[in-house]
Amino acid sequence: MLTLDRRLFLKSAACVGCSAAAHPLMSAMTFAQVPGDSRLVVIILRGAMDGLDAIQPYGDPNLRALRRTLSVGPDGGALDLDGFYALHPRLAPLLPLWQRGELGFAHAVSTPYRDKRSHFDGQDILEAGTGGDLPPDRRVSGWLNRLLQVIPGATAETAYSVGTEPMQILSGKAAHLSWAPQMSLSLSPQAQMLLGHIYEDDGLFRNAAQDAIRISGEAEVMTSGQGPAAAAQALGAFTASRLNGASRIATFSISGWDSHARQVAVIGRALDQLSVAILALRDGLGTNWGATTVLVMTEFGRAIRENGTGGTDHGTGGVMLMAGGAIRGGHGYGEWPGLAEGQLYAGRDLMPTRDIRAYAAWAMRGLFGIEASALESTIFPGLDLGSDPGFLA
Amino acid sequence: MPPSFSEVAAVRLGFGFSPLAAPPSSPDTLLASIAESAPGPRAMSTAAAIEYGTRLREATRRFQEGGEAERPGYEALRSELNRLGLVDLRRRVVRAVDARAGFGERLVQFWSNHFTTRAVALNRRGLALAFQDEAIRPHIGGRFEDLFFAADTHPMMLVYLDQAVSRGPNSRSVRDRPERRFGLNENLAREALELHSLGVDADYTQSDVRAFAKLLTGLTVNQKQGFAYYSSWAEPGPLTVLGTRYGQSGGGNGRAPERQLDDVRAAFHDIARRPETARHLSRKLAVHFASDVPPADLVESMTAVWQETEGDLSAVYAVLVSHPDLAATFGQKIRQPFDLNVAAIRALGLTGSDIEALDLDVFKRAVATPMAAMGQPWGQPKGPDGWAEAADAWIAPQTLAARIDWALQLPRRLLGELPDPREMMLAAFAGEPPEPIAWAVPKAETATEGVAIVLASNAFNRR
Repeated sequence: MLTLDRRLFLKSAACVGCSAAAHPLMSAMTFAQVPGDSRLVVIILRGAMDGLDAIQPYGDPNLRALRRTLSVGPDGGALDLDGFYALHPRLAPLLPLWQRGELGFAHAVSTPYRDKRSHFDGQDILEAGTGGDLPPDRRVSGWLNRLLQVIPGATAETAYSVGTEPMQILSGKAAHLSWAPQMSLSLSPQAQMLLGHIYEDDGLFRNAAQDAIRISGEAEVMTSGQGPAAAAQALGAFTASRLNGASRIATFSISGWDSHARQVAVIGRALDQLSVAILALRDGLGTNWGATTVLVMTEFGRAIRENGTGGTDHGTGGVMLMAGGAIRGGHGYGEWPGLAEGQLYAGRDLMPTRDIRAYAAWAMRGLFGIEASALESTIFPGLDLGSDPGFLA
Repeated sequence: MPPSFSEVAAVRLGFGFSPLAAPPSSPDTLLASIAESAPGPRAMSTAAAIEYGTRLREATRRFQEGGEAERPGYEALRSELNRLGLVDLRRRVVRAVDARAGFGERLVQFWSNHFTTRAVALNRRGLALAFQDEAIRPHIGGRFEDLFFAADTHPMMLVYLDQAVSRGPNSRSVRDRPERRFGLNENLAREALELHSLGVDADYTQSDVRAFAKLLTGLTVNQKQGFAYYSSWAEPGPLTVLGTRYGQSGGGNGRAPERQLDDVRAAFHDIARRPETARHLSRKLAVHFASDVPPADLVESMTAVWQETEGDLSAVYAVLVSHPDLAATFGQKIRQPFDLNVAAIRALGLTGSDIEALDLDVFKRAVATPMAAMGQPWGQPKGPDGWAEAADAWIAPQTLAARIDWALQLPRRLLGELPDPREMMLAAFAGEPPEPIAWAVPKAETATEGVAIVLASNAFNRR
């Protein structure tokens, strides 16, 4: 079947006697140079990854009493990182990155969201980047979108939302693109013209169709195998292909982290997908990996005590992972709060010692030169930037 | 001119127009049709679903013991279970295509999604079908408290939200077997309050979640009869949830008496009747049927009737279907992929038996696979909050591309010969297509593209 070709489209549009300018599908087809060389990927883990299990603080003497079967450190097969923290065995494919300084983490982080421990409000607040004093509003724009608004020279091409899952983190008034790796669109020029006419007065359909035609004309279709790991591979590979072109910011999500029961199996499958996605990014980016920062964030951590069903319930403090050639990895960031009785949040959760937004803000400052004032007022309203954790190389 | 009742009924409350049947002409006809969405003759029961699990265990054992000779039977059963989700989708589509009004089937979809479940393990796949036939369909026109209790205590839900393995920390079963480290799981209790009833903005706390989780202990699923209530797993003693105490404080021997299922039922009924529940669910119905930004008067009117009638759902629907806000917000919602497929099949003049006659693989290629690309992989929602409502969650470049691609493929996958696009257009819009569509369709170069333009149009993808 015919795949869209822009020149053919123009020719055909002319044939039916309509000027290109009158065609809604023709606008916004400009390509600009993007600002700088740095690349930022934000991966959202939906369902609340258990930070104490992904990066196990086995050097804390209280951990074993709280986690009897889970997160037992190197004795349970985890890979020691620095004598205090150990990497979950299912993240073993990422160990070489740690050894090369391309994988790091910040422990005991959280958004300002507290107490109700709802996945959906937690994700909304993580993606909106708002403070805890605002009621969760599902219509507020995302912080990556507000970043786009302050990057000089940013175009729609600069930022990509990847996959079929909507990404609120990039929603908002700054133009951006979104696409799924496996998607293709084959439409005759005449049918494109006719649909363009029909969609003309309906902004939602008109804009989506414009982008779809533009992207399908240039992006290569990633055929992938069946199953979640193949899907994660395709997300990483497609994202890399966009970042090798004009895009500099991308985001996608991986779900399946809600490990209330049988956590060993649940988190194992999800960590496999995360490893595959990060390695696909690295492989696909090639030399551009050196200019790339990947931030891996989840809505909150999980309760410190194992529950009665081999899993963990919703908690507060958790872990953020970072990867890429642009970071100073091989190092754990953040202040460890301890797990003793008086050191917990609400007697049950890991006490957050730093706002996760501060790490994202310092990344944006280092990668795109964003002013502190913009970070603290526009991108993350109410954030106290604090001192530079220094995780960029 | 605002749309007529028939148009609102067909497009906003049903699955669109069909050349084979006229839409309901009055609210009474529409409401009376809800009863037609009761469980059908081929309903799945928990018993039948459990039988599948038992057969799978036996087939697995025979294969492990008997080797290659037993492989075909084992694989055939696995394949049958793997296809149950597809069978479920097809029977749902068939009923929706044939429904006279469609409102009942829309409600089945609304409430199945409100009480989202997902069967992952192969031996649980049948339970997902039983959930719909036992917990949802019998209760969509009744009282919310009965639907709430039926859904949240159904084996499918107990498995999905981990209630089936939760035990009271002070229950007899935990005290007697400390070495087994059994205990509490908060998952169902939290979602029952946050998603299923009060809503996250309501005034409840972690201690309410915790107490409700303890109150729910004892609810479980066993391999023989499905639903079970084990008093020995239940947390003893009085528990206070949202200010109400459940259970007596002392038994004769100084020990609290063991909890009974009646306490659980009482808590579900109390929560169902709270004003926060009335408001949260009236709003959710308005968001689903009217607009992502629900009109205040519609929400207020439904909430008031909900409270007056203590959650009589049919009375609440009566407010919804005849409210002027429904006509005033016409076209503001996006047809979700399931609704879109049903609407297309109806507009193409097909019936449920035509769909029933399709090879299951053809049905998969025509309907199920495209639905996944549009963002609705059937039976596999990402989380217990179910499918999104917001328009932009469904219409993005990649998901609109999936709709356009589907529009090009569906008719020729379902039909031997394509209809005349102009006639199909008239059927899809009951004789009154929007002007840009009427302009465009005759200019299509092929019948395939002419029909696709109708199916991919914004007017057909909105409701």
